[in-house]
Amino acid sequence: MIELRLVFGAVLAIAMISAAIMAIWPGRSRAIAILAAGAVSLFASIMFLLLAAPDVAMTEAAIGSGLTTFLFFFVLGRVRGRKDD
Amino acid sequence: MTKRLIALLLLLGLGTIFADLIRGFTPDPALNMSAQFYAARTVVDTGAANIVTAIIVTFRGLDTLGEVTVLFLTAAIVALVLGGNVSGVKPRNWPVGELLQTGTKLLVPLIVLFGAYVFINGHLTPGGGFQGGAILASAVLLLLLANPARRFGHQLISRVEAVSGLFYVGIGVLGLVLAGGFLDNRILPLGEFGSILSAGAIPLIYALIGLKVGAEFSSIMASLSESEDK
Repeated sequence: MIELRLVFGAVLAIAMISAAIMAIWPGRSRAIAILAAGAVSLFASIMFLLLAAPDVAMTEAAIGSGLTTFLFFFVLGRVRGRKDD
Repeated sequence: MTKRLIALLLLLGLGTIFADLIRGFTPDPALNMSAQFYAARTVVDTGAANIVTAIIVTFRGLDTLGEVTVLFLTAAIVALVLGGNVSGVKPRNWPVGELLQTGTKLLVPLIVLFGAYVFINGHLTPGGGFQGGAILASAVLLLLLANPARRFGHQLISRVEAVSGLFYVGIGVLGLVLAGGFLDNRILPLGEFGSILSAGAIPLIYALIGLKVGAEFSSIMASLSESEDK
């Protein structure tokens, strides 16, 4: 049981780090960067669940990966099309 | 180039700090002093099955009031900066898929119901006012995505927000008068452990926090969405 949790945690950590690298990789479009940042949050919330903190996991899933991603997209939509973008 | 190098160095430094933290970590063999106190006193003092909720709402109730106030300030500042919408400007519309529109009709009532479930059951199961409020706000977000031209009544949102905030502080003051201190949950009978009407005022306080947080997030998103009209 402990082993399984360790393996799952390691897989989650690798997924989280690769999503984070994807978010900051130079030369990618901003939309992909925002989505990757949302994915980091989503993996983090599963990680919190694994670490027995369901309250934090719910907050992270709702605010970190839901509302924040939407907020970034909104701002992206507003700054897009300006010359100094 | 220099900028990237500085960022890389900063990241490396941060990584070293975290690596040190992980290497120096040894799990405690037993609960520490304050954890022991909460584990032993929560059920006796508050009657809540969820210790996290008991700490957030009762033992550290003042901190929660502060957090809600910070969120309120954020919503107020967003409304101040983005508000004052010029009427008569046609809202920009983007094409919305059939799937999203139909899905929204189906999902919004369920999401609202789930949000209410999460904050009403905050003293029994994981979750609570902040999580439930955020879920309520995600229903508003879905409505906005399905119909970007939709307008919400700011009057209603700010009234819900103001009334729940007022009642929250009022319950806190009642605790000062009737029970042991500010935001003490024992102004109502503790009830049977594990039932929905138990843990004194915690379900009431969490329902108010849920409404307040949901209204604040909704107001932020409505302001943002309307600011596109200009």
